[in-house]
Amino acid sequence: MGEFRMPSLGADMKAATLVEWHVKEGAHVRRGDIIADVETEKGDIDVEVYEEGTLEKILVQPGEKLPVGTLMAYVRSEGEPSWEQLQTKQGESILKASSEAAQPELSEGTASVSTETKSTPKVETDLIQSLESEERIKASPLAKMIATENHIDLHEVQGTRPNGAIGRADVERYMHQKTDKAPAEQPERSLQAPATTMRKAIANAMAKSNREIPHYYLDTHIDMSHALEWMEAENRNRPVKERLLNSVLLIKAVALALTEVPELNGYWIDNELKIQEAIHIGFAIALRRGGLITPAIHHADTKSLDELMENLKDLTQRTREGRLRSSELSDATITLTSLGDRGVETVYGVIYPPQVALIGFGKILDQVWVAQGMLGIRPLVHATLAADHRASDGHQGARFLDALSHYLQDIPQLLN
Amino acid sequence: MKERILQLLKKTAPEVNLSELDPKAKLREELDIDSIDWLNLIVSIDEELGIDIPESDYDQLTTLDEMIHYLSRIKHE
Repeated sequence: MGEFRMPSLGADMKAATLVEWHVKEGAHVRRGDIIADVETEKGDIDVEVYEEGTLEKILVQPGEKLPVGTLMAYVRSEGEPSWEQLQTKQGESILKASSEAAQPELSEGTASVSTETKSTPKVETDLIQSLESEERIKASPLAKMIATENHIDLHEVQGTRPNGAIGRADVERYMHQKTDKAPAEQPERSLQAPATTMRKAIANAMAKSNREIPHYYLDTHIDMSHALEWMEAENRNRPVKERLLNSVLLIKAVALALTEVPELNGYWIDNELKIQEAIHIGFAIALRRGGLITPAIHHADTKSLDELMENLKDLTQRTREGRLRSSELSDATITLTSLGDRGVETVYGVIYPPQVALIGFGKILDQVWVAQGMLGIRPLVHATLAADHRASDGHQGARFLDALSHYLQDIPQLLN
Repeated sequence: MKERILQLLKKTAPEVNLSELDPKAKLREELDIDSIDWLNLIVSIDEELGIDIPESDYDQLTTLDEMIHYLSRIKHE
């Protein structure tokens, strides 16, 4: 049945606010079309539809905060009953039941969205007016988010970005000025405030992970000399714009190693491991304001290094601007975090539920190394696997690290 | 040259007050620039100043002073 619901945008997100519909009732939609825009603590997200058909009925209006799983619209595919037929013949009970089935932990709130959402014309007009005045203010999604969190009217904030648009820095400056003017009370509050919502969301997901997932950790050193030599030679022949980063080698190697040990690529749901065929690597991207997002690089095992590089650049930019697509936030099958840029040697990660593994990479460092009986200095990277012991055992974890090491030292095979 | 570099750095790290940036401090640490930010900065230097910095020269550009020196030198060659 073509129910279009608020998607889950990661274990750390429970609700999002509908900003606007990109299509009108009666429009034809295809799988992958972006049909709505929602605002979350991770920025504005473009929500995609997964069915083809006619968007027959819109059930929620912009401005509403909607729990994950809320029925937002009805997409009628060929051969399916119309929305009206559904209402009269089967009634709400079916929708209600399937809504509970889809999101068991969110039974409250999800069922309330049926036909009663029609607001009176007066309320709708107010809503539209308030949305319009919001839109007239040019502000980044982050700026809007921080302003909402701190109950700041953006009309009062002076924008310093091109065209007078308001950025995060402008909102924070405004908050500082206000704090300075106000009698001295809790001066550090305004510094902590901006990241609060995302911090809370991460806190919930990570606490759940630590509470429920019996982690085990394995790590190994991998000789990166071949990989780095190859990369250096490759980049020397490339114009700046087409240069590659070491990260794409890591992404590709992790993806290929997962094809050999699929038990680490999946979800732990309802007390069982659900191995995922597609390999979507969630790449941890730190936000400059604090917090992190791990958008998915889809089908990483089948992509070339150039494609992965394009993906990575694009995702990083959109993550920081707060313009991701819903699928990128919801369907990573494993997480990769590379903290080498920050000088970290070893990463002991916390798994992002319902995933069952996380791969961490530290900084590539020159170290003393013995290979084929010879002592030498090699650039080594410390690769760590954090895995869910309910889903896999150390043996599988070890096979994975072995495969990973193999791919990172055999570039021709990595490129294959 | 300094002004143009500061403009490019502003794009990379919009929230940092660059007037307080120590010209002798390591840029990557000081501005919290990761490898993707860095690549974007190198790309924007190429686009704005027409200077294609080879990867092997990256370690000659670790501070603002070094960057000014390096780019001025290339520009005059």
